[in-house]
Amino acid sequence: MSDSGAKQDLAIEVFDLTVAYRDKPVLWDIDLEVPEGVLMAVVGPNGAGKTTMMKSLLGLIKPAAGQVRIFGKPYAEVRSEVGYVPQRGTVDWDFPTTVIDVVMMGAYANLGWFKRPGRKEHEAALHALDRVGMKPFADRQISQLSGGQQQRVFLARALLQDARLYLMDEPFQGVDATTERAIIDILREMRKEGKTVIVVHHDLQTVPEYFDWVTLLNVRRIASGPVEDVFTEDNLRLAYGGKIAFITGQNHDHPEVVEAMEGKEEV
Amino acid sequence: MSTAQLEIQLIAIVVAAAAALPGVFLVLRRMAMMSDAISHAILIGIVVAFFIVHDLSHPLLIVGAALTGVLTVTLVEALSRTKRLHEDSAIGLVFPLLFSIGVILISRYASHVHLDLDAVLMGELAFAPFDRFVIAGQDLGPRALFVMSGILLLNILFIGLFYKEIKIATFDAGLAASLGFAPVAIHYGLMTIVSITAVGAFDAVGSLLVVALMIAPPAAAYLLTDRLSVMLLLSVLFGVISAIVGYWAAHMFDVSIAGMMATAAGIVFLLVFLFAPHRGIVAVARRRMHQRLQFAGGALAVHLLNHEGSPEAIEECRVDHLGDHLRWEMVFALRVIRYLQRNNLIRREGDYLHLTADGRSLAREMMVQ
Repeated sequence: MSDSGAKQDLAIEVFDLTVAYRDKPVLWDIDLEVPEGVLMAVVGPNGAGKTTMMKSLLGLIKPAAGQVRIFGKPYAEVRSEVGYVPQRGTVDWDFPTTVIDVVMMGAYANLGWFKRPGRKEHEAALHALDRVGMKPFADRQISQLSGGQQQRVFLARALLQDARLYLMDEPFQGVDATTERAIIDILREMRKEGKTVIVVHHDLQTVPEYFDWVTLLNVRRIASGPVEDVFTEDNLRLAYGGKIAFITGQNHDHPEVVEAMEGKEEV
Repeated sequence: MSTAQLEIQLIAIVVAAAAALPGVFLVLRRMAMMSDAISHAILIGIVVAFFIVHDLSHPLLIVGAALTGVLTVTLVEALSRTKRLHEDSAIGLVFPLLFSIGVILISRYASHVHLDLDAVLMGELAFAPFDRFVIAGQDLGPRALFVMSGILLLNILFIGLFYKEIKIATFDAGLAASLGFAPVAIHYGLMTIVSITAVGAFDAVGSLLVVALMIAPPAAAYLLTDRLSVMLLLSVLFGVISAIVGYWAAHMFDVSIAGMMATAAGIVFLLVFLFAPHRGIVAVARRRMHQRLQFAGGALAVHLLNHEGSPEAIEECRVDHLGDHLRWEMVFALRVIRYLQRNNLIRREGDYLHLTADGRSLAREMMVQ
């Protein structure tokens, strides 16, 4: 993407973003421009700051320096336009509530304070559940769901919010192949509707297939842009250092890769 | 029943209901121990406020206690954020410190005034009707009843108004924050009503036993429902039952009402813990036993099918040989046989077992798996 693109076409602009936990920088001087309407993967090794970057975009973490603009404005002004799908493991699935109730939380942004969800939100939540193939589970208690079903419920909740920009933290983590298919289909539908979707992703092999835009991150921004331009062996080597095995490159521009690492813990 | 008895029970019921409501969120947020910390630490707030106004019924005591409650939570969280110690240790450090300062202040300055440590910690519900709420010479009822009703109303209002916000902040704090629902403010709001409830209850049940009324009823309700709204209602119901049962048990044995109320709350929890339809210990044990019988029954059916019509069938299909062949205790083997007979899967002729048509198809199904 050229730098001459008009400002209103950018979903996200990040200038010189630095985030540190105490004196240890987690993100160093990140500059980033994400055009509207792309389906973007954020990849990088564990501890690269992927989740931290998501949280700084959402204003959940205060940066040590730099600033973030969403649709040209500070995050606080465009909250309801931004849908966040946290990692599945960050919530308590034993919480006494039902699937439809969790999905309806997606409507809270537009309801604002005090107003309760009503019939309209209920209908919309059922529709969102239908889109992710979970309608029959609407009245189930959430503790009875499998990992893949939990992820679909989160996705339905995001759909209900009907935001312009979505930030998803590892939606493919621990889901089976069928659910992964279902999720990517929904993400593509979202892109077709003109939404911008940013996904923290772990499986490098599927990046060229699933996404059209990618950011490689390892504390610093290694590269960001269209997959065919920046998802290269050189950039991957820069991002992952020696911890990567390249399978083959029948095409040198689209290396097939597997991440060769042991720990899966994410900062 | 005398008026005083009725009044005491009303106070007990209102205290229990008021404590159960914020207790639901303490249980769901895994912060049960924080209520213990708050209920101890507010002593210093009560004491300091008492030195200022010299009146145990002054509203400033409630303000003082609420502030110390929030201070306790802030200190605990600040300590555990340093990552030098876990939250439980932080709780164990902070509240004894604040509590002991309260104790020291009382022993140093309050010996000549009427501030009885026992009354603060244990409460004395039996005396509550003596302290009247009088306006313009008109006796409106016991003061504790008015104070606690006000606090109950406050809790209902807080939870009712912010129901959706508290729910999302408790279930998914990250999403709540990103949507602008200020989970931190909600958190401190909850801690404030916990503190206010604890101080209000100190007159009645004492600031320590209120913890039992905050935790036991919601913990029991949690085992019975999958809906937050139902959990809130059940918690209040269990609290009220504990209050009434506790009062009459105390009356019968002539012991502390607060102690009996807390005990009753514990007993209610124990009963639910044992007999809850799905998550109770008995239901879980029965389900396990049933699964075990089901599986063993299938295994026995397969065993019988494998040897059906063969020359060694006489040996293999004898009841008293099952112990040797399947390595089962005889008691268990007989149970499995009774289970299969009950479900019409085998026939027993004397010492010998025969599969029925149903039993044969079950055995075939098992083998396919």
